[in-house]
Order: sequence, then structure tokens, then C-alpha cells
Amino acid sequence: MWIYEKKLQYPVRVGKCDVRMAKFLMEQYGGADGELAAALRYLNQRYTIPDKVIGLLTDIGTEEFAHLEMIATMVYKLTKDATMEELEAAGLGAHYANHDRALFYENAGGVPFTATYIQAKGDPIADLYEDIAAEEKARATYQWLIDMTDDVDIQDGLKYLREREVVHSLRFREAVEILKEEQGRKKFF
Amino acid sequence: MDSQTRVYFPYVSPHDPCPPIRVKSYYVPPQLFIGFQPENLPQFSPMEALMHGTLWPALYSPYVPTGQRERRGEGHS
Repeated sequence: MWIYEKKLQYPVRVGKCDVRMAKFLMEQYGGADGELAAALRYLNQRYTIPDKVIGLLTDIGTEEFAHLEMIATMVYKLTKDATMEELEAAGLGAHYANHDRALFYENAGGVPFTATYIQAKGDPIADLYEDIAAEEKARATYQWLIDMTDDVDIQDGLKYLREREVVHSLRFREAVEILKEEQGRKKFF
Repeated sequence: MDSQTRVYFPYVSPHDPCPPIRVKSYYVPPQLFIGFQPENLPQFSPMEALMHGTLWPALYSPYVPTGQRERRGEGHS
């Protein structure tokens, strides 16, 4: 069960009307290394991971949903008042045809989200290494997104999200170290 | 006896529908512990190396199928 706080994890400001950026931000919304993929990946893997790291996956998976909200807020702010012409000029004509101004889980290229973006191998080491890789890829994506805008307000939000990827990556690496430790010698069954 | 496996004891609820598997195990293969491979590690003989898939005993990771390794009763020794 979750408890919802009706506020964003970190405030989202958008300082510039730039519909083009909305399309690029979608990569972190419905892309392979995006926040939705991250949240679903961790909250699913946690069932079959050793008990010591279940809580970590639950906490980080939950936080990813908070990040998803932030991205959604950015995209919404950038598109809600855009004219059809502006949307088309920003490459969102096809999106409008399919979704009006609704958000949808697609990547920057308009490819819809798919469960094949995530994996649960059942092997704890394989799963945690995938999680580490996912955090690094998301960090890189945030870097390229920051590069693509000169809006300091959006950059501020994206820099916060990038930093969280750094922290999560370390936490997953720590989880690997915990699982490498000797556990339970000479148990009696 | 198998230093490459770890065991854990997942939570078992009194309301679980099926008989519980009380011990689960997973592999921690040797590459996780080596970092950058040091020089001059002991080597298998060429014929042994061909059979093992690696020249170095330190990198050899035998795989005991799931189910068997738990029954051996050893997590780590």
C-alpha cells in the first residue's frame, strides 16, 4: 500500500514556452530507461530478491514514481497551452492525432512503452546489475536533456533528477555488496 | 563447501497456500570478487583449461542446479 502526498518530490518550474522540449522529455516518461520502466522494474523484481534488499527496491521503485510525476508535470506544462500548429512544428502532430494533448507512455520518438524494456531474471546479481545499468542510462539521458535546453528552470529539475540516479546507482551497488557477503553458514534445516 | 552460493531464508507466512520453500539460494560468481584480474594467477593445465572453459581456477564457476545446492545444506563454508 502507498501513502500519497499531494506535492511533487521537488518543485517543477518551466520558464520558457518550448513545446519541442516536451517531446524530448517523453524519453524519460515512456522510454526504455525512463522513470516508468524504472518504477515497474524495481517494484516487480523485489518479490524474488533476497529479503535484505527488498526494502531498497521498494523504496527506490516508489521514488521513481515521484520522478515520473515530475516529468509528467514538465510535459504537461509545456503542452497544455500549445496550439495545434505549435505541436505539429514540435514534431507532436502524430501525437495529437492519437492522443490530443493527453500524455501517453511513449519515448521521444513516439514508440509506445513496452514491458520488454524491463527484465526480471530472478538471479539477484543479474537483476541488480540491470538496475545499476538502468540508473546509469537514465543519468546519461538526463545529461542529454539538460544539454538540449537553455531553460534554467527545467535544467534545475532535471539536474535534481540526474542526481537521484547517481544516488540510486550507489545504493544498488551497495545491495550487490550485501548479497556478496557471507550469509548463513552452517544452518540447520 | 560451495563458496559461490549464498542462501537466505525468505519470509514464510502462516497463511501461505503451498508448502514453503524455506531456503533459497543464489550464485555469487567469482568475477564479482576479482575486480581487475591480477597477473600470474595459478593456471589449469591446457587440457583442464579446455574442459573448464577458463585457464584460471580462480575464475572457474561450477554450477550446481537449483534445488540441489540448497539440499547440500551449505551456504558458504
